[in-house]
Amino acid sequence: MLENEANPTLSKSTGLPRKRFYRARAHSNPLSDSHFPVPTSPCHVNLSLHFPQFCSSSDQIDSSKKIQFADIGCGFGGLLISLSTLFPDTLMIGMELRDKVTEYVKERILALRLANPGQYQNISVVRTNSMKYIPNFFEKGQLSKMFFLFPDPHFKEKNHRRRVISTHLLDEYAYALGVGGIIYTITDVEELGDWMKACLESHPMFEAITEEELEADPVVKLLSSATEESQKVARNGGQTFQAVYRRIMPAT
Amino acid sequence: MEETLTEEGETNKDIEVAPALIAVHPTQKSVAVAVGSDLRVFDFQGVSAVSLVDDTSGPFHKDSIRAIRYSADGNLFVSAGDDKVVKIWSTDSWCCICTVPSEKRVSAVALSNDSLYVCFADKFGVVWVVDLDGFDGNQMLVNKKAAPLLAHYCSIITSLEFSPDGRFVISADRDFKIRVTVFPKKPLDGAHEIQSFCLGHTEFVSCLDFVFTSDFPQGFLVSGSGDSTVRLWDISSGSLLDTCEVGAKAELLESNGKEEECNLAVTDLCTFPDGTLIAVAAQSLQGIVLLSCDLSTRTLSITRVVSIMGEAFIPTSLGMSSSARLLWMVTGVSNLHGFDNPPLARVRIISGFEKSSPGDPTILEDNEILGGDKLLEKLQGSVSVEEKVFLAAAEAVKTAMSNLLVKKQYSTEKREFRKRTRNDRKTKQ
Repeated sequence: MLENEANPTLSKSTGLPRKRFYRARAHSNPLSDSHFPVPTSPCHVNLSLHFPQFCSSSDQIDSSKKIQFADIGCGFGGLLISLSTLFPDTLMIGMELRDKVTEYVKERILALRLANPGQYQNISVVRTNSMKYIPNFFEKGQLSKMFFLFPDPHFKEKNHRRRVISTHLLDEYAYALGVGGIIYTITDVEELGDWMKACLESHPMFEAITEEELEADPVVKLLSSATEESQKVARNGGQTFQAVYRRIMPAT
Repeated sequence: MEETLTEEGETNKDIEVAPALIAVHPTQKSVAVAVGSDLRVFDFQGVSAVSLVDDTSGPFHKDSIRAIRYSADGNLFVSAGDDKVVKIWSTDSWCCICTVPSEKRVSAVALSNDSLYVCFADKFGVVWVVDLDGFDGNQMLVNKKAAPLLAHYCSIITSLEFSPDGRFVISADRDFKIRVTVFPKKPLDGAHEIQSFCLGHTEFVSCLDFVFTSDFPQGFLVSGSGDSTVRLWDISSGSLLDTCEVGAKAELLESNGKEEECNLAVTDLCTFPDGTLIAVAAQSLQGIVLLSCDLSTRTLSITRVVSIMGEAFIPTSLGMSSSARLLWMVTGVSNLHGFDNPPLARVRIISGFEKSSPGDPTILEDNEILGGDKLLEKLQGSVSVEEKVFLAAAEAVKTAMSNLLVKKQYSTEKREFRKRTRNDRKTKQ
């Protein structure tokens, strides 16, 4: 393939981007000012750029199609890619703060679309700070699933406010999730697992999902298998701690 | 080499100044001005300057006051700022009944309409609530602690407001956001239910207020911003109803017509009690812009600009009582470099907004003001004022505001230089 010879960052055999050319920092400061473009409001999100086959820019009839899943801190995009074929008609977006990682996922999705015509049209990625800009992307109650897989643990107490799950941020996630929507969290750090569970447990707009429901949900299995981070944990024989909660109407 | 690392203003602490603030008692029993750490109150009933009494831990404010406000019933007054304390005063005795410690510097305060709760916001985006349960007007409240109510993620909250019906608390931040949250029955447990976000501003939101009338008791929200617009919102859905380009109008009126002044931030706004007029203050504007709000068509339009002639006066804060139709304006700044102490302020009043006498709004001369020299001496710090001080003050406030609220812009070279040691920038493979 001539194109790939011109572009050494893509693998010659698979056409997929090669990770070594997208070396990323492990962390990015979520508190610093953002200098990437942010949509002014959810109606400014251009879906035709993300999902050209689902939402063409010209026709306004299909404006009913909305993003329903959000993978917050999607990393290298493993979960999105697994979910894409599991829910082929659902639009989903990954949000990632690190610019290089976002570039990698973008290339990866484009390569997958090229290699599998008709597939992977329902996933996309955007570089943003989800802790600040969730309301800029999603209307009230728009989402049905949100994913927080292996988030940065931020061990130091003074950095706890950088954690992506906190009581105050759950208010915003509860706003973006429709009633009945599900929030999935998993980590290999026990301390963070306890923290996330405690935040969700004490929040009036979330309730724990029963064991039976967890068993029946095909997405739950992906939490500990689909992402690059979970595979790393599995390789090292590490433990994982998950918390899956449903958005409910608060008791008045 | 070191100088290339620090951006202009980052190291200069002098630039961090606070604008003078004004608040008027709802029935105009008194008026308060805050300049720096100084809180000055003038009482109209006794026609005299008020001396504040503060026996709580560590009397008076020790650093710039950033927010002052009267309660809706006028019985309480709240002041807070950079010294990380919130002081609650009884307006009857002007005693400080309670000093609440804050973890961070306080940037905005609000009182619930029933005066049972005081809310304040800090520079890290957390809004706290203090209950005044059991307060009967005289005794001191000791050991009051604030509970977290809600948070904007690590963004400075610039304004806090309760909706006219008391159902919602509205918070605005420097990340262009306005959040409308249901004010819960038990606020000490936190406010978790977000009604809407009002999104549309393209710069920091600087001020909020409500317009409402008996026909529209739930009212509409108006907001001013660094993008030099004033916008009208429906808070229950968060939808933008109208946008008014105030900056463009204000610029046209700048006689000297400086080219580089393209974005005049709206610094404060104040709605009139009948809900039809809104006074707007903007950077570099010597006067105010009057907007009229048509609640049935939900539109804003510029009525006129009231210029202040014969004196360089750029208001930093506006205030109004709900009874008398007088618009109070103040300009001034805390600890201005190179000028004398105590910090000076200048107070001016506009009258003539009555519907019955459709004359032009007029700016009251100093000798026409109720309370006269006594009032000016108290609120301004002195009766006569030097004009050039206030131009310098307005300029300092403008710089401070953009340093605090506008996102820092770095040149490409500087950004690359800062990223030079990042792992993902290393080209070696």
